Amino acid sequence: MQATFIIPGPLREFADGQSDVVISATATTVGQALSLLWEQYPALKDRIMTEQGKVRQHINIFVGEENIKYTGGLQTMINDVNEVYIIPAVSGGVY
Amino acid sequence: METSGKISPKPGDVLLMVGTMKGLFLLSSISTRTRWKVSGPHFTGQVVYALAYDGRAGKQRIWAAPQSWFYGTVLSHSDDFGVNWSVPETANIKFPEDTVLSLKQIWQIEPGLDEEPDVLYCGVEPASLFKSTDAGETWSLVRGLHDHPHRPRWEPGGGGLCLHTILLHPTDRNKMYVAISTGGVYRTDDGGSTWRAVNKGVIADFLPDKYPEFGQCVHKVAMHPSQPDRLFLQNHGGLFRSFNGGESWEDMANGVPSDFGFPIVAHPNDPDTFYIVPLDSEMRCVPEAKLRVYRTQDAGKTWKPLMRGLPQKEAYETILRDGMTADQLDPAGIYFGTRSGKIYGSANNGNSWKLILDDLPPVTCVKTAVIGGEIHTKRTTRKKKPLRTTRKGK
Repeated sequence: MQATFIIPGPLREFADGQSDVVISATATTVGQALSLLWEQYPALKDRIMTEQGKVRQHINIFVGEENIKYTGGLQTMINDVNEVYIIPAVSGGVY
Repeated sequence: METSGKISPKPGDVLLMVGTMKGLFLLSSISTRTRWKVSGPHFTGQVVYALAYDGRAGKQRIWAAPQSWFYGTVLSHSDDFGVNWSVPETANIKFPEDTVLSLKQIWQIEPGLDEEPDVLYCGVEPASLFKSTDAGETWSLVRGLHDHPHRPRWEPGGGGLCLHTILLHPTDRNKMYVAISTGGVYRTDDGGSTWRAVNKGVIADFLPDKYPEFGQCVHKVAMHPSQPDRLFLQNHGGLFRSFNGGESWEDMANGVPSDFGFPIVAHPNDPDTFYIVPLDSEMRCVPEAKLRVYRTQDAGKTWKPLMRGLPQKEAYETILRDGMTADQLDPAGIYFGTRSGKIYGSANNGNSWKLILDDLPPVTCVKTAVIGGEIHTKRTTRKKKPLRTTRKGK
């Protein structure tokens, strides 16, 4: 299935300046689609994932309108109409 | 990545690097240190807890460890005083998969000895030591410390479980010290293969056993390179010194208003002179809201306040563990930054102070270097020269 990743502004410099990146190869889960995204733009990986393969604490990934935290994490299924949003979490008030 | 603002220090000028909660600022001055040019912020919005200048082998390289709240932390460097910064494609410091750990923050960047110009160390959170032998291109976890049987029992202090101090023996490359909050001081004599806790006499007043083998909340340790077996330690409650490479420690909180504080800094030219900023242990601000640096000139036997030019009322200031530093000039420049965003400096060994910069974000780290000088750490023993403690003619 195709997935279109929506890249947050601060990370677009690592994706040739693009806000949308279409993954055209076959992927059925978010994890697989992310792996394909890393193949195209390797610098995105360590900025979105920890070295232990987990999504960083203050990054949220949505498939459509659903946060993958509640739909199976990286095993969340994608379909051919889904956009996958990579969004910095709401923050503020700490400093 | 380009940044606005520019400094171009020349040989003999002083570089002052200021990490804050929201970016990095670079300052430069000629050796009089009376007027400063400012560049920044660099790494806008990112916390910068660790900075270093590497002037070995002809380099003029600034190292910084910006940490994004969202995207993690990388080591970045600039060879043109902040005009351009390296942007590593992948995170250059990572925990190996088998450790099941993830890097939270880089707390310390330490260039190696002058004769090893491609060696660098980093102290990180969770408390671990990383080493590079190729000028920062690649990094490896120092397994000897990571595999220490004490490690599972180290506990995070208020700032996190961090390895914040790296002290290299100036002539013996096999010997070094690290300090961990809360873990204490560890020493290796074999280049990092094995480590042992060296905390005898350092109090841990938050534990049932007040003098444990390890687990102390050490805030910072300083060493003068001409006396590498003498260590000076600012503890979470307690000021200590060791004259035997950490084998034993004794209290040196003589005449200070509080034995709580974060930084401790060695004078560059006098191995008996060190600087601290005592804090009230409850409020974590300077006692009585009087901003005073304390200096010993007799290796901790006595401490005297330095206050000329510093506010002596309503100064609710906090200085963090890497928030104070000393340059290599004579007389030495001493600098510190506060959580309220002020940078103070002294161009005369601390005898008098001036506000250099105000209204910055909270200051996390202050480091300095003299361009083209022996920047990192003097490796040779210098004859002790008495410090002038009063103005000429007095």
